[in-house]
Amino acid sequence: MVDIATTARRKIIKGIDLKYQPGFSQITWFCIVVLYAPIAVLVLFSFNENRSVTVWTQFSLDWYVKAWENEGIQHAALVSLEVAFVAMVISTILATMAALVTTRTPPYRGMNIAVAVINQPLMVPEVVTAVATLIFFAIIKQATGISGIGYLIAAHTAFCIPFAYMPIRARLEDMDLSLEQAAADLYAPPFKVFRRVTLPLLMPGILAGAMLAFIVSLDDVIITLFVAGPGETTLPLYILGQIRRGVTPEINAVSTVFLGISVILVTFIFLFGKDKK
Amino acid sequence: MSTQTATAAIDIRETSKIYGRNRETGVVALDQVSLAIRDNEFFTLLGPSGCGKTTLLRLIAGFEQPTHGEILLFGEHLEGLPPYKRPVNTVFQHYALFPHMTVAENISFGLEMLDTPNTQISSTVKEVLGLVQMEHLANRKTDQLSGGQQQRVALARALAPKPKVLLLDEPLSALDFKLRKEMQVELKRLQNETGITFIFVTHDQEEALTMSDRVAVMRDGLILQVGNPREIYDRPAKRFVADFIGDINILKGRILSKNGAQATVKLNAGYQGTAGLPAETDSLGDEVSIAIRPEQLSFVSGAGPEHLSGSIQHISYFGSGFDYEIVMPTGETIMLQLQNRGAGDHAYTVGDRAHIAISENSMQILAD
Amino acid sequence: MSDQPSANIQPSSSVVAEEKRLRNTRLGLLAPGILTIFCIGIMPLSIVLVYSFLEPGDFGGVSWVLSFDAYVQLLFEEDIFDETLSFTTDYLQIFLRSVGLGLFTTIACLLVGFPTAYFIATQPPARRNAWLFLITIPFWTNLLIRTYAMLLILRDQGIINLALIEIGLIDRAIPILYTDFAVCLGLVYAYLPFMVLPIYASLEKLDFRLVEASYDLYATRFKVLKRIIIPLAKPGIAAGCILVLIPSLGAFITPALLGGGKSLMIGNLIELQFGQARNWPFGSAIALVLMVLVMLSLMTYLRYGARKGAPAHG
Repeated sequence: MVDIATTARRKIIKGIDLKYQPGFSQITWFCIVVLYAPIAVLVLFSFNENRSVTVWTQFSLDWYVKAWENEGIQHAALVSLEVAFVAMVISTILATMAALVTTRTPPYRGMNIAVAVINQPLMVPEVVTAVATLIFFAIIKQATGISGIGYLIAAHTAFCIPFAYMPIRARLEDMDLSLEQAAADLYAPPFKVFRRVTLPLLMPGILAGAMLAFIVSLDDVIITLFVAGPGETTLPLYILGQIRRGVTPEINAVSTVFLGISVILVTFIFLFGKDKK
Repeated sequence: MSTQTATAAIDIRETSKIYGRNRETGVVALDQVSLAIRDNEFFTLLGPSGCGKTTLLRLIAGFEQPTHGEILLFGEHLEGLPPYKRPVNTVFQHYALFPHMTVAENISFGLEMLDTPNTQISSTVKEVLGLVQMEHLANRKTDQLSGGQQQRVALARALAPKPKVLLLDEPLSALDFKLRKEMQVELKRLQNETGITFIFVTHDQEEALTMSDRVAVMRDGLILQVGNPREIYDRPAKRFVADFIGDINILKGRILSKNGAQATVKLNAGYQGTAGLPAETDSLGDEVSIAIRPEQLSFVSGAGPEHLSGSIQHISYFGSGFDYEIVMPTGETIMLQLQNRGAGDHAYTVGDRAHIAISENSMQILAD
Repeated sequence: MSDQPSANIQPSSSVVAEEKRLRNTRLGLLAPGILTIFCIGIMPLSIVLVYSFLEPGDFGGVSWVLSFDAYVQLLFEEDIFDETLSFTTDYLQIFLRSVGLGLFTTIACLLVGFPTAYFIATQPPARRNAWLFLITIPFWTNLLIRTYAMLLILRDQGIINLALIEIGLIDRAIPILYTDFAVCLGLVYAYLPFMVLPIYASLEKLDFRLVEASYDLYATRFKVLKRIIIPLAKPGIAAGCILVLIPSLGAFITPALLGGGKSLMIGNLIELQFGQARNWPFGSAIALVLMVLVMLSLMTYLRYGARKGAPAHG
């Protein structure tokens, strides 16, 4: 008797779940499968002993060893890290400064335009930005005769600013302006207010912004493809070149490492983002 | 001592704050306000939201600059001084405690900024923590505190640098009813013990009356009346003040004769008696508004020229008493409030005819 | 009361000084970021415009001669011998394919993305974060690598074909790679998170008491979805659509890897002009056409999608 009563009640509870829509959970699972299945296959076959990326034979780390010893990959990885690191540092500083004056001051004429300019790289297709940058840099190179990796870094920096800007601005918008007023009220001059109150509270946002900038620079293909000079092959460019020649488990191995780094960074960003209660 | 009054703690002179380009197109938050707040006073700025009370507080704190006029702190001009150079501290509405610091670190922040020696900082922190009874929580992070505790820390933090004036921006509004009552007593005690001038902003009239030495009632960027709580309640100068604070009956009548701050009036509803007269008022014979508090009315058994009469339209019970709504022959409705003194006290029911007496000297003429 | 109330009210000098200081700080902090993006992002765009009206140089670059050839070339082919122009649909086809694939991708993403976002938004908060995390990871992982993973699956020797052969449904591999279908699949795969996240953001804010109210007023599940939930999620849906459509229109990696030479999109055409074809003016002209398409989408979005509910005008 009791049993019947409880099952009946359970049925009723399920029946009146107001948020339920039929089929939506299945579609969600489908969505996850679509997003992850290809990656899973890629990762799996990076551990394949065979040269094939389709037929599984035996577990092995050979392809990782091969990739590690490949000088082309080593060089490309170093270029990628160098570009991404410098672009990250500069773009995060610029984005932090810009975020402070687009949130921490009373509204002023031109603020919306400033925000639009900062977000411009997000609104224009990357191919167009790449083409424009290529032409622009070609003109400068011709006029000054200067060449080098600086161009690539500059292009990445400009492209990374809006990505670094987003989480920093979001954090600032969540921060109560009265905290800074309270500090000023307690005799802290502007610089000390910034150092003792604004900066420590903003730090999670800045770190998230820096990591996003780093990932965006590290992942970039299109702008790099157009702007990079000889000897400035980044890891994604190297991978693209290899894919065009044919698929090998070595690419899978490099890609897996690459994915791992991205996932770790994204996890960090996610944790910092959830920091606020 | 001279006959001159002592220097005011805060002297506000014809101060205006206008947001926007100018008077015509902008928003006038404060309109040529003048006000002197005495040393060691618990002073309250009372008014509905948007009346300019918080703006006034922020001008004193230095978060905003007046568009026009000047503010003096113990005789010294504050013009152009940023907040961190003004010896006044603020208790913020939502406390604004630094979430990345402990209670003790929050409290010592102001002292550190003033380059106080370390030994003195720790003794002061201890002292103010004792003052607000929070010694045991010194090393807590502020987000682990309850609302009431945060309130105390905010107070301690603002008191620690020993400001000349303490500004409190609706600090009790986020607390629940019981806690609010407790903190009202606590605030009054702190003000007595420290001897610091408190300027308290609130929209809660009861809070203002309980705690303050003096109250300024504000509306639309203007100060309507300044006085001690009794003056504000018993002798409201303006209709808005009377309406905003407590329940009030406003009846029409005529001034028969004037005698200084008093006048003899005759209500349209019949009654004739003396009423308080505010400074700038209407000439004889004109129709004026006359305020009477509901608790100054009582039922009497027989009719007479010194009484009002009418029929009871509605009775509501609110625990400690009853409100009676009575319609008079003039069409005016009057409210009468009686204490609940036990059963059988009030034999009236809706529809009954009733006669009402008005307490001596309880009428007040209102300026509009 | 004074006759001219505003005459005697002058802002005090401290207000003026304060405003000046504020303005300088603002400018100092904003300028570096703005300048960087202006120099490397915006100014070059106008150079592209100029280049599209020049003649190609012999080894890439341009020669400074005014010419409309780049635009003529979009629709007409010049005969090598007698220099007459004849209409050609070669490039038009690529533009149409890009627009078609972009729209198709957007619709497919919406059909999968909306239910997903809704499902996540209705989960208990703790589980919601886990789901969100699963959607966010592909959002920030390398698109090239993800597309490569797709390529591994779609190949003739890929998992899909092998599995179909294994279960006997087909006996020879059916070519999936290098078709419009493959490109569309790749685009959906690439930009699906762009659809889910903004819709989720607007559904998360949705007040489910409204849903209760409409059930109380006799609405069925489907009616609630159609009349209450979808209209309220419209800003998120519009944002999701524009976030998928724009990168799809300008896609480069996906068609390069999954479309090969057969399913070219605008992005590949542009790269071709700056690479092998060495026709910078023509490449610039195509880039501008792409910009126009993107601007049209953005304007449509701002006109109909950006505001809540009622069709906005102006």
